[in-house]
Amino acid sequence: MFDVDIRVLIPLFVALPLAVALLTQLAARERPGLAGLLTNLTMLGLVLMSCLTIGASGLYHLGGWPTPIGIDLRLDSLATLLLLVINIVGLAVALYSVDYMRRYTASSHFYGLFLLMVTGMNGVVLAGDLFNLYVFLEVAAVASYSLVAFGCAHEELEASFKYIVLGSLSSALILIGVALVYGITGTLNMAQMSGRIAETGMNAPLLLAFGLFICGFSFKAALVPFHAWLPDAHPAAPAPVSAMLSGVLIKAIGVYVLARLAFNVFGAGDSELSLLRWLGVLSMIVGGLLAAGQSDIKRLFAYSSISQVGFIILGLGLGTPLGLVGALYHLVNHAMFKSLLFLNAGAVEYATGTRNLYRLGGLNRALPVTGATSLVGSMSIAGIPPFNGFWSKLIIIIACVEAGFYGFAFVAVAISIVTLAYQLKVQRLAFFASLPDSFRDLRREPLLMSLAMILLAAGCIALSFLVLGGLRDPWLIGAAQETLSAGPF
Amino acid sequence: MNTLDKRQPGMSMIVRTVTRWLKGPILLFGIYLVMYGHITPGGGFGGGVIIACAFILIMLALGGQSGLGVFSKGAASRLDSVGLLIFLGVGWLGTYWASGYFYANFIDTPQEAWFTLFSGGTMPVMNVALGLKVASALFLVFAVLTGLKIAGGDGSEESRAWPAPTDSDGSETL
Amino acid sequence: MIYSLCLLLILVGLYGVVASRQTVKIVISLVIMQHGVHLLLLLIGYRSGGSPPIVDPGQVITTFAGLSVDPLPQALVLTSIVIGLGVLALMVALCVRLYERYGTFDVTEIRRLRG
Repeated sequence: MFDVDIRVLIPLFVALPLAVALLTQLAARERPGLAGLLTNLTMLGLVLMSCLTIGASGLYHLGGWPTPIGIDLRLDSLATLLLLVINIVGLAVALYSVDYMRRYTASSHFYGLFLLMVTGMNGVVLAGDLFNLYVFLEVAAVASYSLVAFGCAHEELEASFKYIVLGSLSSALILIGVALVYGITGTLNMAQMSGRIAETGMNAPLLLAFGLFICGFSFKAALVPFHAWLPDAHPAAPAPVSAMLSGVLIKAIGVYVLARLAFNVFGAGDSELSLLRWLGVLSMIVGGLLAAGQSDIKRLFAYSSISQVGFIILGLGLGTPLGLVGALYHLVNHAMFKSLLFLNAGAVEYATGTRNLYRLGGLNRALPVTGATSLVGSMSIAGIPPFNGFWSKLIIIIACVEAGFYGFAFVAVAISIVTLAYQLKVQRLAFFASLPDSFRDLRREPLLMSLAMILLAAGCIALSFLVLGGLRDPWLIGAAQETLSAGPF
Repeated sequence: MNTLDKRQPGMSMIVRTVTRWLKGPILLFGIYLVMYGHITPGGGFGGGVIIACAFILIMLALGGQSGLGVFSKGAASRLDSVGLLIFLGVGWLGTYWASGYFYANFIDTPQEAWFTLFSGGTMPVMNVALGLKVASALFLVFAVLTGLKIAGGDGSEESRAWPAPTDSDGSETL
Repeated sequence: MIYSLCLLLILVGLYGVVASRQTVKIVISLVIMQHGVHLLLLLIGYRSGGSPPIVDPGQVITTFAGLSVDPLPQALVLTSIVIGLGVLALMVALCVRLYERYGTFDVTEIRRLRG
């Protein structure tokens, strides 16, 4: 009985946000309040559904057609983890945007686009065959191109144009890879494909297809040298959009697909994984060093995202179980604290009207909730002991040492120190210095924005307990083990 | 796109006359492609594009206002959503009426009725919903893009949606 | 041999994206590149001497499967064309709005975001 329930839920993850997105366009075009309410209710429903899927797994045939003919939706532990992350961060962002988007005209369109993006991300995570993955990827990507350009200011349009050109280029590369893989294996279903690739081994055309996939999806995950769009797109977008993009989108459609393809489908060996390791290390170094010199608070956080995704990809590229556990833990952590930091930056901008660090100061007194949650977020990302970032980075570093890559471990430690440095810079310049006179009587943050930030900060603190044995096993270890087992799944 | 500003809206008399005659057959051809989509090549996408082309032709040849009078932007936006909601609704019905899978084909067709118009189960319904959506979406895109009034082109800030943050163009680079 | 023509089309599109100075030309080059990718996908499903993938009223499925070209890439290309259409509409709207804000279509002048 319980099994049937879970299998019915699986297509609802995609169908529910899509239907509500269309409903907001039909019924709530002139009423952004109603659209916001519908969005929040939907995200709450999605969070509850994600909680129901913990520990379950299933294969859902759309239309009842069996596997080689039909479209499959697969739910396993890695998908469950990602679904939880997407929907919980989505709920917090939806709460936040009810107040933040009041200043924009046509904010009912925002909710429709936001739900479309959630549809796309849920679909990517659940897709069981390569072409549906591509279609849902495009749905999420097009929604995000529109959301980045939402306010129609100079910088938003320019950033969105860069993003859309580079995004279309990478999607074309991914499609060439899909064509090649289909030509070689004769099937698009990922389970069947992994079986056929395991039989024939990694010959030259498959290696070319894998290389094309890495290029295409590294763009989506913003790894160096494919990162050129991120430092423009994330600061320019409205704050809730930046939080979703940086916290969830680059991971759901970038890192997740890379992990699936590298481990489950292609069964990557060490030579292919070494490419991922070098991409990860390069992203860590470039992102971290460039973040330290920024004066715009959101641009600093954007470069920091590049750096942290480098950590995750380094952990993935190690290929050992401990490395994978560290990578997945850091993925979940980064979704929490990076979206929290972007929401904080949005609250700062909402209250003071500027993003330049050298003009801000002393906001701990004026915006107490923002200050406190930003302190939690900064300590988490910098890797200070009881918080979650410390544990995940520690696991990745230990995994590097265990696998024998002492150089990479040293670089990871160095970049952690750089991360601590620029987060301290943000904290000192924005929150702890003395309050300039122009900021004497600032409005406090509205209630829903505070609620969303407190929710994410509580999530960060709760995640730091995940390293304890009892909680770790069903959530992280299971996901890591299932991901590592190559072959038909 | 200045077709709205001439003395007589639309193009020359030959084009307008031919359009008045041809808009019916083009629309009919698009509907034919949609309805027979499960038997011959076509279906929702191709048929929807042709239907949209019929309305776009009206808008181009007879002037933007008469085009919008036939099929307004609000109606297009609503039909757009309704079309996709019908598509999702058919899928959801498959979960409850048939074998319990989304998009299961729950209308059965006996063998002798294959290759006729009313065969294929739920597929013609989904084709019609898709055709509705694609047609209205494409027409809406065209109507909005050609109706945009370009405000000055000198970087004026009139239609800005959000007060600018004061220092966002990176005064300090690396 | 014919695959290399597809690759040529993709490279022409790529060159256009990289070397164009105007936003509209970048958009058109992206469309050319997408056409090349769609042709590649269609060609992969080709079978020499094959028939179109439409089942005739009297035909048995197994003989059909032995005769026709592969219908799956054709479905993929249809979907991809529609996705490309959506992205094209968005890109054109962005070009129009960029002209409204910056007064030019020239990419080298649309450079306010630095660092």
